[in-house]
Amino acid sequence: MKNHVFRPLLAVIGLVVIVLIIRVFYVPKDFGVHERGYMYGWYREGNIEEWKTQVKVKYQGKEYCAGCHADKVAAIDKTPHAIIQCENCHGPANDAIADHPSEQRPKLTIDKTRGQCLRCHSKLHYPSSGRDKIRGIDPDKHNPDIECVMCHNPHKPSLEGLK
Amino acid sequence: MNRRDFLKNTVKGVAGLGISAAAIEFINPKDLLANINSDNAKARWAFLVNTYKCVGCGFCVKACKQENEIPYDANVTRTWVERYVITKEGKRYADTPKGGRDGFITTKIEMGKDKFQEVKDEDIQKAFFVPKLCNQCENPPCVQVCPVGATYQAPDGVVLVDRTWCIGCGYCIMGCPYGVRFFHPKYHTAEKCNFCYHRISKGLKTACVQACPFGARQIGNIKDPNDPITKIILTERVGILKEEFGTKPQVFYIGLDREVK
Repeated sequence: MKNHVFRPLLAVIGLVVIVLIIRVFYVPKDFGVHERGYMYGWYREGNIEEWKTQVKVKYQGKEYCAGCHADKVAAIDKTPHAIIQCENCHGPANDAIADHPSEQRPKLTIDKTRGQCLRCHSKLHYPSSGRDKIRGIDPDKHNPDIECVMCHNPHKPSLEGLK
Repeated sequence: MNRRDFLKNTVKGVAGLGISAAAIEFINPKDLLANINSDNAKARWAFLVNTYKCVGCGFCVKACKQENEIPYDANVTRTWVERYVITKEGKRYADTPKGGRDGFITTKIEMGKDKFQEVKDEDIQKAFFVPKLCNQCENPPCVQVCPVGATYQAPDGVVLVDRTWCIGCGYCIMGCPYGVRFFHPKYHTAEKCNFCYHRISKGLKTACVQACPFGARQIGNIKDPNDPITKIILTERVGILKEEFGTKPQVFYIGLDREVK
Protein backbone atom coordinates (compact mmCIF):
# COMPACT_ATOMS: atom_id res chain seq x y z
CA MET A 1 0.00 0.00 0.00
CA LYS A 2 1.18 3.51 -0.71
CA ASN A 3 2.56 5.51 2.18
CA HIS A 4 0.08 8.41 1.89
CA VAL A 5 -2.80 5.95 2.41
CA PHE A 6 -1.13 3.90 5.10
CA ARG A 7 -0.13 6.72 7.45
CA PRO A 8 -3.58 8.32 7.98
CA LEU A 9 -5.04 4.82 8.31
CA LEU A 10 -2.62 4.13 11.15
CA ALA A 11 -3.64 7.41 12.78
CA VAL A 12 -7.31 6.46 12.57
CA ILE A 13 -6.66 2.99 13.99
CA GLY A 14 -4.61 4.57 16.78
CA LEU A 15 -7.44 6.95 17.60
CA VAL A 16 -9.97 4.12 17.74
CA VAL A 17 -7.70 2.16 20.08
CA ILE A 18 -7.28 5.20 22.35
CA VAL A 19 -11.06 5.72 22.51
CA LEU A 20 -11.57 2.03 23.30
CA ILE A 21 -8.99 2.22 26.10
CA ILE A 22 -10.61 5.35 27.59
CA ARG A 23 -13.98 3.62 27.35
CA VAL A 24 -12.78 0.68 29.46
CA PHE A 25 -11.89 3.05 32.31
CA TYR A 26 -14.72 5.57 31.89
CA VAL A 27 -17.76 3.29 31.59
CA PRO A 28 -18.72 1.90 35.02
CA LYS A 29 -18.57 -1.87 35.49
CA ASP A 30 -22.30 -2.13 36.21
CA PHE A 31 -23.27 -0.28 33.05
CA GLY A 32 -24.73 -2.56 30.45
CA VAL A 33 -27.73 -4.47 29.20
CA HIS A 34 -30.03 -5.77 31.93
CA GLU A 35 -33.27 -7.78 32.13
CA ARG A 36 -35.38 -5.83 29.66
CA GLY A 37 -32.76 -5.99 26.95
CA TYR A 38 -31.02 -3.30 24.99
CA MET A 39 -34.15 -1.25 24.28
CA TYR A 40 -35.40 -0.70 27.83
CA GLY A 41 -32.74 -2.17 30.10
CA TRP A 42 -29.49 -0.49 29.06
CA TYR A 43 -28.30 1.39 32.11
CA ARG A 44 -25.99 1.75 35.12
CA GLU A 45 -27.34 -0.60 37.77
CA GLY A 46 -25.92 1.36 40.71
CA ASN A 47 -28.27 4.22 39.93
CA ILE A 48 -31.26 2.24 41.25
CA GLU A 49 -29.63 2.12 44.68
CA GLU A 50 -28.78 5.82 44.43
CA TRP A 51 -32.43 6.71 43.91
CA LYS A 52 -33.46 4.51 46.81
CA THR A 53 -31.00 5.93 49.30
CA GLN A 54 -29.91 9.41 48.28
CA VAL A 55 -33.28 11.15 48.35
CA LYS A 56 -34.50 11.99 51.85
CA VAL A 57 -38.02 11.25 52.97
CA LYS A 58 -39.59 14.57 54.00
CA TYR A 59 -43.28 13.83 54.52
CA GLN A 60 -43.54 11.46 57.48
CA GLY A 61 -47.30 11.06 57.78
CA LYS A 62 -49.87 11.56 60.49
CA GLU A 63 -48.78 8.56 62.59
CA TYR A 64 -45.34 10.11 62.95
CA CYS A 65 -46.89 13.36 64.28
CA ALA A 66 -49.08 11.33 66.65
CA GLY A 67 -45.89 9.96 68.22
CA CYS A 68 -45.60 13.19 70.23
CA HIS A 69 -48.83 15.10 69.55
CA ALA A 70 -51.28 12.26 70.21
CA ASP A 71 -53.80 14.64 71.86
CA LYS A 72 -53.88 16.97 68.84
CA VAL A 73 -54.28 14.09 66.40
CA ALA A 74 -57.02 12.50 68.51
CA ALA A 75 -58.89 15.83 68.66
CA ILE A 76 -58.77 16.45 64.91
CA ASP A 77 -59.74 12.84 64.23
CA LYS A 78 -63.21 13.65 65.58
CA THR A 79 -63.74 16.31 62.89
CA PRO A 80 -64.20 16.14 59.11
CA HIS A 81 -60.63 17.46 58.78
CA ALA A 82 -59.35 14.08 60.03
CA ILE A 83 -58.71 13.12 56.40
CA ILE A 84 -56.14 15.89 55.97
CA GLN A 85 -52.52 15.07 56.74
CA CYS A 86 -50.97 17.31 59.42
CA GLU A 87 -48.09 18.07 57.07
CA ASN A 88 -50.41 19.45 54.39
CA CYS A 89 -50.71 22.61 56.48
CA HIS A 90 -47.81 22.35 58.92
CA GLY A 91 -45.22 21.56 56.26
CA PRO A 92 -43.07 18.44 55.86
CA ALA A 93 -41.75 17.13 59.17
CA ASN A 94 -38.35 16.09 57.77
CA ASP A 95 -36.17 13.59 59.57
CA ALA A 96 -33.79 16.46 60.24
CA ILE A 97 -36.21 18.11 62.62
CA ALA A 98 -36.52 15.04 64.80
CA ASP A 99 -32.72 14.75 64.91
CA HIS A 100 -32.32 18.14 66.58
CA PRO A 101 -32.48 18.49 70.36
CA SER A 102 -35.81 20.10 71.22
CA GLU A 103 -34.47 23.60 72.03
CA GLN A 104 -32.62 23.94 68.68
CA ARG A 105 -35.34 22.34 66.62
CA PRO A 106 -36.26 24.46 63.60
CA LYS A 107 -39.90 25.59 63.55
CA LEU A 108 -42.22 24.26 60.91
CA THR A 109 -43.74 26.89 58.67
CA ILE A 110 -47.50 26.63 59.04
CA ASP A 111 -49.57 27.69 56.07
CA LYS A 112 -52.40 29.76 57.55
CA THR A 113 -53.23 31.64 54.37
CA ARG A 114 -56.66 32.06 52.87
CA GLY A 115 -55.46 30.22 49.78
CA GLN A 116 -54.79 27.12 51.83
CA CYS A 117 -58.45 26.87 52.90
CA LEU A 118 -59.78 27.87 49.50
CA ARG A 119 -58.08 24.84 47.90
CA CYS A 120 -61.17 22.91 48.94
CA HIS A 121 -63.62 25.49 50.28
CA SER A 122 -63.86 27.87 47.34
CA LYS A 123 -67.23 26.73 46.01
CA LEU A 124 -67.12 25.19 42.55
CA HIS A 125 -70.34 23.68 41.28
CA TYR A 126 -68.72 20.86 39.37
CA PRO A 127 -71.10 17.96 38.90
CA SER A 128 -69.46 14.50 38.82
CA SER A 129 -66.57 15.80 40.89
CA GLY A 130 -66.12 15.42 44.65
CA ARG A 131 -65.63 19.17 44.84
CA ASP A 132 -69.37 19.74 44.44
CA LYS A 133 -70.09 18.03 47.77
CA ILE A 134 -67.70 20.14 49.87
CA ARG A 135 -69.19 23.11 51.71
CA GLY A 136 -67.69 26.23 50.23
CA ILE A 137 -67.83 29.98 49.88
CA ASP A 138 -67.41 32.54 47.13
CA PRO A 139 -63.98 33.97 48.04
CA ASP A 140 -64.86 37.33 46.48
CA LYS A 141 -67.92 37.78 48.70
CA HIS A 142 -67.17 35.99 51.98
CA ASN A 143 -65.00 38.42 54.01
CA PRO A 144 -62.44 38.83 51.21
CA ASP A 145 -59.96 40.90 53.21
CA ILE A 146 -59.30 38.71 56.23
CA GLU A 147 -57.74 35.33 56.81
CA CYS A 148 -60.09 32.40 57.40
CA VAL A 149 -58.28 31.48 60.63
CA MET A 150 -59.36 34.83 62.17
CA CYS A 151 -62.80 33.26 62.75
CA HIS A 152 -62.52 29.55 61.91
CA ASN A 153 -60.45 26.96 63.72
CA PRO A 154 -59.09 24.45 61.21
CA HIS A 155 -58.68 21.88 63.99
CA LYS A 156 -62.38 22.26 64.83
CA PRO A 157 -63.99 23.26 61.55
CA SER A 158 -67.63 22.94 62.64
CA LEU A 159 -69.50 26.19 63.22
CA GLU A 160 -69.37 25.57 66.98
CA GLY A 161 -65.61 25.90 66.66
CA LEU A 162 -65.91 29.54 65.55
CA LYS A 163 -63.63 31.78 67.53
CA MET B 1 -16.48 -29.70 -9.08
CA ASN B 2 -18.41 -32.13 -11.22
CA ARG B 3 -22.08 -31.97 -12.02
CA ARG B 4 -23.01 -34.57 -9.33
CA ASP B 5 -21.27 -32.60 -6.55
CA PHE B 6 -22.79 -29.33 -7.75
CA LEU B 7 -26.34 -30.72 -7.59
CA LYS B 8 -25.71 -32.30 -4.15
CA ASN B 9 -24.40 -29.05 -2.69
CA THR B 10 -27.26 -27.06 -4.19
CA VAL B 11 -29.83 -29.37 -2.60
CA LYS B 12 -28.01 -29.13 0.76
CA GLY B 13 -27.83 -25.37 0.51
CA VAL B 14 -31.50 -24.92 -0.30
CA ALA B 15 -32.45 -27.31 2.53
CA GLY B 16 -30.23 -25.35 4.90
CA LEU B 17 -31.92 -22.08 3.93
CA GLY B 18 -35.28 -23.66 4.72
CA ILE B 19 -34.45 -24.03 8.43
CA SER B 20 -35.90 -21.12 10.29
CA ALA B 21 -33.46 -18.83 12.02
CA ALA B 22 -35.02 -19.72 15.38
CA ALA B 23 -34.03 -23.38 15.02
CA ILE B 24 -30.33 -22.66 14.86
CA GLU B 25 -30.42 -19.94 17.52
CA PHE B 26 -29.01 -21.28 20.76
CA ILE B 27 -30.90 -20.51 23.95
CA ASN B 28 -28.73 -18.32 26.09
CA PRO B 29 -29.11 -19.60 29.68
CA LYS B 30 -28.33 -16.14 31.01
CA ASP B 31 -31.22 -14.57 29.07
CA LEU B 32 -33.57 -17.33 30.15
CA LEU B 33 -32.65 -16.91 33.80
CA ALA B 34 -33.08 -13.15 33.56
CA ASN B 35 -36.56 -13.64 32.12
CA ILE B 36 -37.57 -16.02 34.88
CA ASN B 37 -36.17 -13.72 37.52
CA SER B 38 -38.00 -10.71 36.13
CA ASP B 39 -41.24 -12.70 36.16
CA ASN B 40 -40.55 -13.49 39.79
CA ALA B 41 -39.69 -9.87 40.59
CA LYS B 42 -41.47 -9.01 43.80
CA ALA B 43 -43.03 -5.78 42.61
CA ARG B 44 -44.52 -4.07 39.57
CA TRP B 45 -45.79 -0.73 40.73
CA ALA B 46 -49.07 0.56 39.35
CA PHE B 47 -51.11 3.64 40.15
CA LEU B 48 -54.83 4.12 40.44
CA VAL B 49 -56.54 7.51 40.11
CA ASN B 50 -60.18 7.98 40.97
CA THR B 51 -61.26 11.17 39.21
CA TYR B 52 -64.64 11.18 40.96
CA LYS B 53 -62.88 11.68 44.28
CA CYS B 54 -60.45 14.38 43.17
CA VAL B 55 -61.53 17.86 44.27
CA GLY B 56 -58.59 19.76 42.81
CA CYS B 57 -57.05 20.83 46.13
CA GLY B 58 -53.54 20.39 44.77
CA PHE B 59 -52.05 19.05 48.01
CA CYS B 60 -50.52 16.24 45.93
CA VAL B 61 -48.62 18.68 43.72
CA LYS B 62 -47.42 20.70 46.72
CA ALA B 63 -46.22 17.58 48.53
CA CYS B 64 -44.58 16.16 45.39
CA LYS B 65 -42.58 19.31 44.71
CA GLN B 66 -41.26 19.47 48.26
CA GLU B 67 -40.62 15.76 48.63
CA ASN B 68 -38.74 15.49 45.36
CA GLU B 69 -36.86 18.80 45.61
CA ILE B 70 -38.35 20.42 42.53
CA PRO B 71 -37.85 24.20 42.86
CA TYR B 72 -41.18 25.34 44.27
CA ASP B 73 -41.76 28.41 42.13
CA ALA B 74 -40.39 27.04 38.86
CA ASN B 75 -43.24 26.22 36.51
CA VAL B 76 -42.33 22.54 36.27
CA THR B 77 -43.72 19.68 38.27
CA ARG B 78 -43.58 15.88 38.31
CA THR B 79 -47.32 15.56 38.87
CA TRP B 80 -50.09 17.99 38.14
CA VAL B 81 -53.87 18.30 38.24
CA GLU B 82 -55.93 19.29 35.20
CA ARG B 83 -59.38 20.83 35.34
CA TYR B 84 -61.89 20.05 32.60
CA VAL B 85 -65.07 22.05 32.15
CA ILE B 86 -67.44 20.95 29.38
CA THR B 87 -70.31 23.28 28.60
CA LYS B 88 -73.81 22.38 27.49
CA GLU B 89 -72.87 23.71 24.03
CA GLY B 90 -70.13 21.07 23.89
CA LYS B 91 -67.18 23.43 24.36
CA ARG B 92 -64.25 22.02 26.30
CA TYR B 93 -62.10 24.17 28.55
CA ALA B 94 -59.08 22.80 30.38
CA ASP B 95 -56.43 24.39 32.53
CA THR B 96 -53.80 23.62 35.12
CA PRO B 97 -52.58 26.88 36.71
CA LYS B 98 -49.09 26.26 38.17
CA GLY B 99 -49.82 22.56 37.68
CA GLY B 100 -52.57 22.90 40.27
CA ARG B 101 -49.96 23.47 43.00
CA ASP B 102 -52.17 26.02 44.77
CA GLY B 103 -55.42 24.25 44.00
CA PHE B 104 -58.33 25.58 41.98
CA ILE B 105 -59.80 28.46 43.94
CA THR B 106 -61.69 30.31 41.23
CA THR B 107 -64.31 29.54 38.59
CA LYS B 108 -62.16 31.39 36.03
CA ILE B 109 -60.40 29.02 33.67
CA GLU B 110 -56.89 29.98 32.58
CA MET B 111 -56.68 30.26 28.79
CA GLY B 112 -53.06 31.24 28.32
CA LYS B 113 -51.14 34.04 29.99
CA ASP B 114 -53.42 36.50 31.81
CA LYS B 115 -56.43 35.35 29.77
CA PHE B 116 -59.32 33.85 31.65
CA GLN B 117 -62.60 32.26 30.65
CA GLU B 118 -65.56 32.50 32.95
CA VAL B 119 -68.11 29.69 32.63
CA LYS B 120 -71.43 30.20 34.40
CA ASP B 121 -72.56 27.39 36.69
CA GLU B 122 -75.77 26.87 34.69
CA ASP B 123 -73.79 26.39 31.44
CA ILE B 124 -71.67 23.55 32.84
CA GLN B 125 -72.56 20.11 31.49
CA LYS B 126 -69.80 18.34 33.37
CA ALA B 127 -66.67 19.44 35.16
CA PHE B 128 -64.02 17.45 36.95
CA PHE B 129 -60.34 17.20 37.86
CA VAL B 130 -57.80 14.76 36.50
CA PRO B 131 -54.48 14.22 38.28
CA LYS B 132 -51.62 13.31 35.95
CA LEU B 133 -48.24 11.77 36.57
CA CYS B 134 -45.74 9.48 34.85
CA ASN B 135 -47.47 6.36 33.53
CA GLN B 136 -44.37 4.17 34.07
CA CYS B 137 -45.21 2.56 30.73
CA GLU B 138 -44.44 -1.08 30.07
CA ASN B 139 -43.05 0.06 26.71
CA PRO B 140 -41.64 3.49 27.56
CA PRO B 141 -40.87 5.52 24.41
CA CYS B 142 -38.73 7.91 26.47
CA VAL B 143 -36.35 5.04 27.26
CA GLN B 144 -36.18 3.88 23.65
CA VAL B 145 -34.97 7.26 22.44
CA CYS B 146 -32.29 7.85 25.08
CA PRO B 147 -28.99 7.71 23.18
CA VAL B 148 -26.77 7.17 26.25
CA GLY B 149 -28.66 4.74 28.49
CA ALA B 150 -29.37 7.42 31.09
CA THR B 151 -33.06 6.60 31.42
CA TYR B 152 -34.20 3.06 31.88
CA GLN B 153 -36.81 0.79 33.32
CA ALA B 154 -35.94 -0.66 36.71
CA PRO B 155 -36.90 -4.33 37.30
CA ASP B 156 -40.01 -3.22 39.22
CA GLY B 157 -41.28 -1.27 36.22
CA VAL B 158 -40.44 2.26 37.35
CA VAL B 159 -38.69 4.40 34.75
CA LEU B 160 -35.74 6.22 36.31
CA VAL B 161 -33.28 8.86 35.13
CA ASP B 162 -29.57 8.55 35.91
CA ARG B 163 -28.61 12.17 36.56
CA THR B 164 -24.88 11.48 36.31
CA TRP B 165 -25.34 9.87 32.90
CA CYS B 166 -27.93 12.20 31.30
CA ILE B 167 -26.41 14.51 28.66
CA GLY B 168 -29.49 16.76 28.49
CA CYS B 169 -30.32 16.16 24.83
CA GLY B 170 -34.06 16.33 25.51
CA TYR B 171 -35.08 13.46 23.20
CA CYS B 172 -37.03 11.81 26.04
CA ILE B 173 -38.92 15.03 26.75
CA MET B 174 -39.99 15.12 23.09
CA GLY B 175 -40.64 11.37 23.04
CA CYS B 176 -43.07 11.15 25.95
CA PRO B 177 -46.65 11.22 24.62
CA TYR B 178 -47.91 12.28 28.04
CA GLY B 179 -45.63 15.28 28.49
CA VAL B 180 -44.50 14.23 31.94
CA ARG B 181 -40.82 14.98 31.43
CA PHE B 182 -38.98 18.27 31.83
CA PHE B 183 -35.52 19.60 32.59
CA HIS B 184 -34.71 19.94 36.26
CA PRO B 185 -33.98 23.66 36.74
CA LYS B 186 -31.06 22.92 39.06
CA TYR B 187 -29.46 19.75 37.70
CA HIS B 188 -30.20 20.48 34.00
CA THR B 189 -30.96 16.84 33.41
CA ALA B 190 -34.20 15.13 32.38
CA GLU B 191 -36.61 14.87 35.28
CA LYS B 192 -39.77 12.86 35.81
CA CYS B 193 -42.06 11.27 38.34
CA ASN B 194 -40.59 8.04 39.65
CA PHE B 195 -43.42 7.07 42.01
CA CYS B 196 -41.27 8.50 44.85
CA TYR B 197 -38.79 5.67 44.40
CA HIS B 198 -37.05 6.47 47.68
CA ARG B 199 -40.38 6.05 49.50
CA ILE B 200 -41.96 3.03 47.81
CA SER B 201 -38.73 1.06 48.17
CA LYS B 202 -38.97 1.65 51.94
CA GLY B 203 -42.59 0.49 52.08
CA LEU B 204 -44.01 4.01 52.27
CA LYS B 205 -46.70 5.46 50.03
CA THR B 206 -45.72 8.13 47.50
CA ALA B 207 -45.87 11.72 48.76
CA CYS B 208 -48.89 12.51 46.57
CA VAL B 209 -50.82 9.44 47.72
CA GLN B 210 -50.13 10.30 51.35
CA ALA B 211 -51.06 13.97 50.91
CA CYS B 212 -54.37 13.27 49.14
CA PRO B 213 -57.16 13.72 51.72
CA PHE B 214 -59.79 12.05 49.52
CA GLY B 215 -58.11 8.83 48.45
CA ALA B 216 -58.19 9.89 44.81
CA ARG B 217 -54.64 8.61 44.34
CA GLN B 218 -53.51 5.12 45.25
CA ILE B 219 -50.47 3.02 44.53
CA GLY B 220 -50.21 -0.75 44.50
CA ASN B 221 -48.17 -3.72 43.41
CA ILE B 222 -49.86 -5.57 40.56
CA LYS B 223 -47.65 -8.62 41.09
CA ASP B 224 -49.38 -9.13 44.44
CA PRO B 225 -52.86 -10.57 43.87
CA ASN B 226 -53.92 -9.67 47.43
CA ASP B 227 -53.09 -6.00 47.02
CA PRO B 228 -56.38 -4.03 47.32
CA ILE B 229 -55.34 -1.71 44.46
CA THR B 230 -54.52 -4.69 42.23
CA LYS B 231 -57.98 -6.09 42.95
CA ILE B 232 -59.62 -2.83 41.87
CA ILE B 233 -57.53 -2.63 38.69
CA LEU B 234 -58.33 -6.23 37.81
CA THR B 235 -62.03 -6.27 38.65
CA GLU B 236 -63.34 -2.77 38.03
CA ARG B 237 -63.69 -0.67 34.90
CA VAL B 238 -60.53 1.31 34.59
CA GLY B 239 -59.17 3.37 31.72
CA ILE B 240 -55.70 4.37 30.57
CA LEU B 241 -54.45 7.43 28.73
CA LYS B 242 -53.60 7.35 25.01
CA GLU B 243 -53.98 3.61 24.59
CA GLU B 244 -53.43 3.97 20.84
CA PHE B 245 -49.73 4.72 21.39
CA GLY B 246 -49.14 1.15 22.56
CA THR B 247 -47.07 2.29 25.51
CA LYS B 248 -49.04 0.14 28.01
CA PRO B 249 -49.31 2.77 30.75
CA GLN B 250 -49.47 1.56 34.34
CA VAL B 251 -51.50 4.47 35.70
CA PHE B 252 -55.16 3.48 35.68
CA TYR B 253 -58.08 5.87 35.88
CA ILE B 254 -61.58 5.44 37.25
CA GLY B 255 -64.04 7.84 35.62
CA LEU B 256 -61.93 8.77 32.61
CA ASP B 257 -63.70 10.88 30.00
CA ARG B 258 -63.10 11.02 26.23
CA GLU B 259 -62.51 14.76 26.64
CA VAL B 260 -59.40 14.03 28.70
CA LYS B 261 -56.36 14.43 26.51
